[in-house]
Amino acid sequence: MSILELLYFIVPATIAYAAPLIFTAIGGVFSERSGVVNIGLEGLMVMGAFVGILFNLFYADTFGGWTPWIAIIVAMFASAIFSLLHAVASISFRADQVVSGVAINMLGIAIALFSVKIIFGKGQTDLIQQKIPRFDMPILQDIPIIGPMFFKSMYGSSILAIGVAIVAWFVIYKTPFGLRLRSVGEHPMAADTMGINVTRIRYIAVIISGALAGIGGSVYAITTTNDFGHATINGQGFMALAAMIFGKWHPIGAMGAALFFGFAQALAIGAPKIPYIQDLPTVYLHILPYVLTILALAGFIGKANAPKANGQPYIKGQR
Amino acid sequence: MSNRTIKFLIPVISIFLGLLVGAIVMWMSGYDPIIGYAALWNGIFGDAYAIGETIRQISPYLLAGLAVAFAFRTGLFNIGVEGQLIVGWFAAAYVGTAFELPAMIHLPLALLAAAVAGALWGLVPGLLKAKLRVHEVIVTIMMNYIALHIVNALIRSISGGSYKLEKIHKTASLRSEFLSNLTDYSTLHYGILIALLMVAVMWFILDKTKTGYELKAVGFNDQASRYAGMNVDKNIILSMVISGAFAGLGGAMEALGTFGTMSSMGGFTGIGFDGIAVALLGANSPLGVIFGATLFGSLKYGANNMPNAAGIPIEIVSIVIALIIFFVASGYIIRVGLNRLKKKEAK
Repeated sequence: MSILELLYFIVPATIAYAAPLIFTAIGGVFSERSGVVNIGLEGLMVMGAFVGILFNLFYADTFGGWTPWIAIIVAMFASAIFSLLHAVASISFRADQVVSGVAINMLGIAIALFSVKIIFGKGQTDLIQQKIPRFDMPILQDIPIIGPMFFKSMYGSSILAIGVAIVAWFVIYKTPFGLRLRSVGEHPMAADTMGINVTRIRYIAVIISGALAGIGGSVYAITTTNDFGHATINGQGFMALAAMIFGKWHPIGAMGAALFFGFAQALAIGAPKIPYIQDLPTVYLHILPYVLTILALAGFIGKANAPKANGQPYIKGQR
Repeated sequence: MSNRTIKFLIPVISIFLGLLVGAIVMWMSGYDPIIGYAALWNGIFGDAYAIGETIRQISPYLLAGLAVAFAFRTGLFNIGVEGQLIVGWFAAAYVGTAFELPAMIHLPLALLAAAVAGALWGLVPGLLKAKLRVHEVIVTIMMNYIALHIVNALIRSISGGSYKLEKIHKTASLRSEFLSNLTDYSTLHYGILIALLMVAVMWFILDKTKTGYELKAVGFNDQASRYAGMNVDKNIILSMVISGAFAGLGGAMEALGTFGTMSSMGGFTGIGFDGIAVALLGANSPLGVIFGATLFGSLKYGANNMPNAAGIPIEIVSIVIALIIFFVASGYIIRVGLNRLKKKEAK
């Protein structure tokens, strides 16, 4: 395979694998920037994937080509509602946020599989018929080299993911809401003194993270697996968590990290066809994102600092 | 109501609420909760065989719970029990197949290998936490996935492309004909004794040694401990290593007792994560861990009977367990509720 052919294969695959990670990692950015640790991203993604696939299967006849898009929106709402559990436990009930996140992960997969077994009588759903279509961007696809790499047979959801990252950057860094969000995550008492409703901001942030993780999960299921079973998400949520940290709790950084992790996944899949890489055991590619995250946290790749009040419940009047 | 009673009531109320919501879920899905829970009960205590299998299931839960609880006492959250358990499982299974030794040496060696593997897996986050102040939660999560992928790759290369290691030699096995016969030919093995021994070991380390005192002190207040002349870094590393060793032994239960081998895995075993529930319910004390492991091990094994006897998917038990964690974690609100009740009574 020539270098160019290789790039024509790897680049679109990278973007396709990265899109769900981008959505979910940005969701994580919102939650953790407000000071609520969200280890439950995996469970929220599972819920999104399950609801997305379920809606797609049941309403494919009604909505036709629009089905996958409406399914993503429905999944978004479902996961947003599901994330309320995490919000209530960790913000109002002052639960340990990591423990609550673990519970969300267990609950997400348990509810989804329980329902799948009741509805379908087996461990996984049928295959969906209405997938997100791949399309060629007019005009841009004719640009030599770059055109076939970025603008041929692409998913609309990938463009949406990059759009969400940019919007998230704007919201977090250029709007009053973003400033409040960040201040609540750094020093909630100071924010409270300035009249910011800490509890409300944190609730909103967690719900946004649930909504985005729901989109991420459903996009992953509808583009990549096309059904839902116990292994559908299998660690994508934790990889998104890793992308968020590797991206230093910054939306654009998280997007970059997600793209890089998507690249590692694409390489692992395409490895048998690629010279040099094919001699390398794929296990190295599989563990790459996780090893890099540990290195980033250890400060070998720039210092990754979490928001100051991350993980601490805010108790009014406590010093 | 004293503080002590409240501490005791929170897990009890949580279990009750978890089972109650589980019943509501069953009822809403069109099942009869009474038939469902009866099937669960029979799956746990129905006959000698079920009891044997339930006890067998409790042993890895005991060790996973100990691992989480031990780290908790030093103020560390070890979510990496799952990964430490997987590498322990692999190390034990590998030593079990690769060597031919007399049982007196082989079995202890396999157990030791599992403990060392788990300890090494715990050492990495411990070192990073102690030396570079890297938060252990994220590192241990990442270590879980690294363990999963590396062990799968090792199984493939050792077995020559297959997805399963060979069966371990009899000399490394924890299987016991006596226990098996006693419980109608269940797979009950000596692992439960090792697990209970480790509960005693944890109690002894924490309550009867200077090291344990230091570990707990660091958990309460690391700055005060440093001021008192304790080596905080050393204690953090030690805590993670011991925690990892417990988790590794949990893997050995599966390798040397239940399965006698290791197959490549598509996902996690879940035992490590359930260990968090066990420790939480048991308030991180050795006795509490026995209580938590017994409850969750029983629920997990008994659930296998639910699809056959009541037609209810086993996942209902996972839902109940997740809810119990949720309620225990939200103990603050239960405490507030109980205090309100107390005030009303006082009036």
